[in-house]
Amino acid sequence: MDSALVSDGTYVRDTVRTSVKLLIVGHFAVGKTTLVGTLSEIRPLRTEERMTQAGALIDDLAGVPGKETTTVAMDFGRLTLSEELVLYLFGTPGQHRFTQLWHDLSRGALGALVLADTRRLEQSFDIMGFLEEQKLRYAVAINQFDGAPAFAEEELREALDLLPSTPLIFCDARDRTSSTRALITLVEYLIAVQNGSIREF
Amino acid sequence: MSAARRERALVRPHVVTGGRARPTRNIFDLVTLVMAARSDLNGLNPEKRRVLELCRGGALSVAEVAGHLSLPISVTKVLLSDLVDSGHIVTRVGGTDDGETSTRLLQEVLDGLRARL
Repeated sequence: MDSALVSDGTYVRDTVRTSVKLLIVGHFAVGKTTLVGTLSEIRPLRTEERMTQAGALIDDLAGVPGKETTTVAMDFGRLTLSEELVLYLFGTPGQHRFTQLWHDLSRGALGALVLADTRRLEQSFDIMGFLEEQKLRYAVAINQFDGAPAFAEEELREALDLLPSTPLIFCDARDRTSSTRALITLVEYLIAVQNGSIREF
Repeated sequence: MSAARRERALVRPHVVTGGRARPTRNIFDLVTLVMAARSDLNGLNPEKRRVLELCRGGALSVAEVAGHLSLPISVTKVLLSDLVDSGHIVTRVGGTDDGETSTRLLQEVLDGLRARL
């Protein structure tokens, strides 16, 4: 196992000095796992954690026979951004409030990309509210599914009740360039807020 | 416990960690990078051996160790914490701390992402 892992780039380069994380948050089947898989340089990994709050979370479990809803799955991937810096992307439903896993995810996270689907916008409300409670900065990316209704940006902003400063992006989670651009928009926003050139609330 | 769970969990987590739910030290972010500092496996239980064998190949994040070994994050942190205590594992770099992320770090992330386009 070890030799195969070494040769296929499983391990982080020796020169890396800093590791950071961004969260990819959204409801069931919105494309989190797809986006992580599109961008990750390693085969995306999955961990499962038992939930302490029974029934508080059901994500990506539908159609998997025998799975218990008390288990939360999280997919993640890795991007080496420079000789010294790696970025981890964690795909998570973002609803497991008050759990150790959420604490682990959000602690030190740079920010979050909320993936949304125009057919089920209302399912994103809870998630955005939760991120706001947690004071985690986010941008919203509409994952454009084939056949999903197209709306103008202003309509979507209104429907999602976004603050004027919150970035809204259209993306295709299957496309590397498009998904990278979504992350770029998020990080540009994080920098602008940090610099004080955008007022957050 | 359902049949599916029984198949997956060969050893119950509290057995793996010696009955503890919390690591002895709370130094592990999900993205903290860990690697092996010693290669001797003497005296380690099978789960710790698996962790150390994996970490001998190079640096991985805590989350990746959990993912590769199909262990919950919480269990992985307890195992890694013990292995740090025994000198088998060292942490290479941490994730960012609870405090404000520096603009410089965000700029490095941005530059790295732009370079991928």
